[in-house]
Amino acid sequence: MSNKKQHILEHPMDDLLRMDRIPHIWCPGCGLGSDVAAFADGLKRAEVDFDKVAVVSGIGCTGRVAGYIKLDSYHTTHGRAIPFATGLKLANRDLTVVVFSGDGDLFAIGGNHLIHAARRNLDINVICVNNFIYGMTGGQNAPTTPLGAYSSTAPFGNYEAPFNLVGITAAAGANYVARWTTVQARRLSQSIATAAKKKGFCFIEVVSPCATVFARKNKGGTGLDLMKEFRNRTVIDHKADPTQIPLTMDDEIVCGEFVNREDPTFWENVQNGIKDQVEKNADWEKIQSEKNKRLYKKTLKYEGSRDIG
Amino acid sequence: MIKKSKLRGEFFMQGDIACAEGAIAAGCRFFGGYPITPASEIAERMAYRLPLVDGAFIQYEDEIASMAGIIGASWAGAKPMTATSGPGISLMNENIGLGMMMETPCVVINVQRGSPSTGLPTSWGQADMMQARWGSHGDYGSISLSPNSPQEFFDLTIVAFNYAEKYRLPVFVVTDAVVGHMTEKVVIPPVEELDIIDRKYTNKKPADYRPYDPDDDLIPPFAKAGDGYRYHSTGLTHDERGYPVMSEECQRRCAKRLVDKIKKNADDIIITEEHDIEDADVVVVSYGISSRTVIPAMEKAKEKGVKVGFLRLVTVWPFPEKQIRELSKQIKGFVVVELNLGQVVLEVERCAAKHAETKLVGHPGGGMHKMDDIVNAILEVANEQ
Ligand SMILES: Cc1ncc(C[n+]2csc(CCOP(=O)(O)OP(=O)(O)O)c2C)c(N)n1
Ligand code: SF4
Ligand SMILES: [Mg+2]
Repeated sequence: MSNKKQHILEHPMDDLLRMDRIPHIWCPGCGLGSDVAAFADGLKRAEVDFDKVAVVSGIGCTGRVAGYIKLDSYHTTHGRAIPFATGLKLANRDLTVVVFSGDGDLFAIGGNHLIHAARRNLDINVICVNNFIYGMTGGQNAPTTPLGAYSSTAPFGNYEAPFNLVGITAAAGANYVARWTTVQARRLSQSIATAAKKKGFCFIEVVSPCATVFARKNKGGTGLDLMKEFRNRTVIDHKADPTQIPLTMDDEIVCGEFVNREDPTFWENVQNGIKDQVEKNADWEKIQSEKNKRLYKKTLKYEGSRDIG
Repeated sequence: MIKKSKLRGEFFMQGDIACAEGAIAAGCRFFGGYPITPASEIAERMAYRLPLVDGAFIQYEDEIASMAGIIGASWAGAKPMTATSGPGISLMNENIGLGMMMETPCVVINVQRGSPSTGLPTSWGQADMMQARWGSHGDYGSISLSPNSPQEFFDLTIVAFNYAEKYRLPVFVVTDAVVGHMTEKVVIPPVEELDIIDRKYTNKKPADYRPYDPDDDLIPPFAKAGDGYRYHSTGLTHDERGYPVMSEECQRRCAKRLVDKIKKNADDIIITEEHDIEDADVVVVSYGISSRTVIPAMEKAKEKGVKVGFLRLVTVWPFPEKQIRELSKQIKGFVVVELNLGQVVLEVERCAAKHAETKLVGHPGGGMHKMDDIVNAILEVANEQ
């Protein structure tokens, strides 16, 4: 086999995808395939050790990402990817932990976990695919559905004000906050690479086309039409105030890296807090044991019956 | 890497503290929890102890997160624990199911209070027993241990970690506010002398590893995050590779093994304590704090000439069906003493159905059984024609 042919057979992302699970479940024209490609590309750019990267997803179309990425990957419960990832990271601080999930998963059912993880500035990265809708369950309203947009639970148009994801996350205390659309694949993957190397809570919103339910209910076009529209509406402005750039049906989609700070992480604060204590209490167990010298009599074991006295 | 605990000796110690010390001794190095009476002291002790033994403590935003968090920590290789009371368990049940499905070793402590709902926060009960068994949706085998003293809270927390590691599932220690808050003598042996079991890790190469391929004991060997296995784990019905498969056949294999791995190992898991049951006519069945009211009642009934024995369930789930079935053939009846209005009694009834009578001495919680109520129940069963 010639080298040339091998190049055709092997996609550059193959080593990061579970090829034995392809074809995937996503609809034709869905933005998720491109988002995953940008993620794989971003990890490669970051030159991190792939064996030390773990991906955690919640539930939804986006939640299925964990199942297609050939890394240690966990497909958890609806909304709970962040607390799961927190446990993973705190129990092995060498891991790079990435949460990849949907807008409903992360901001409706999981909203509380998200703001608290950002507040703690936990050293995890969150990639949120915002398709303005609950894709997996058939196009119901999401906390991101723009005012006036149609969904299967907003048959007369959505009358709830949506969340501005980058605004909330920046306000809650994240070290890094960015927004891109699926169209800006290169910038998105660069952001993912930045986050992979950055300490603290990093949040990337990816405005992404849901070709099936959102497009069908609203613009009547295809995924590609939505992509074109996103491109036309996108304005890149890194200096924008993230709290002032909500997403609507027709206005500009302001993209960029809005927050990039170096606040200490949860774990750095823990280490800082206990620094002197560890010294002081190094012998805590010994001192306690000395005080209680009248030692144990025998090891208690459960071998059937015991005297309860 | 894990620094062994050096704390040892004879202590005058609160139950909740003893539980935390049991966890430290067992090698627990991650605690995620949310404060709730009467379990908060466990979190407080862990917050103090864990940083000193290179562990991590986090007070989460709620119990949903706490449960998800200990599962995550377990996949990183830690032995993790959370502790709460009934209202917290209600929130944890979603991810308890995830822990069962992903087969994640971890320990969940329930210091029961009066219930339902907010109930009696500072008082006790035993009305979460069925919740411990069936709390999350679906079929799965589960393990609950029920200590009746601070010493046993220490001991059984270690046993819970051993079972969790051995059988790969969330294991419950279901106690109550009395045991959690009472202070008694607790003996902590040197950690070297304790039986500590660690989970079975795979010795396969990453290319050959299938995360849900069980050994003969029905338990799949573990691989933790960061070791280069790059495996997948999901709460969806999955095959041996851990990949979602939405077929009836896979569902059968997946769910059935979760039930069978506990059922087939029940003899190894079940711990009971027997008193005078060899020639008994009546056997009292109880567990946890109620079991301590049974002893004096038994003595009183004996004075009245009744041959009465006592079976204490240290393991409540899996239920000791075999033992109850066999006993039911030899005796007149069972008296079940529990601080609820009839939960574990249903299991005794089921197993004794054809052979022996079953009588409940229930109590809604917030107080203890009157000794005479137990004595009278014993007499009634003994005197029945
Ligand atoms: C506890 C719970 N409630 C509801 C569901 C049903 N459910 C599955 S996915 C989903 C919404 C997902 O929306 P989003 O996070 O935006 O992901 P998308 O499918 O749009 O990528 C819901 C409500 C569930 N799986 N679990
Ligand atoms: S429903 Fe929408 S988000 Fe889900 S796979 Fe289809 S196009 Fe993508
Ligand atoms: Mg969505």
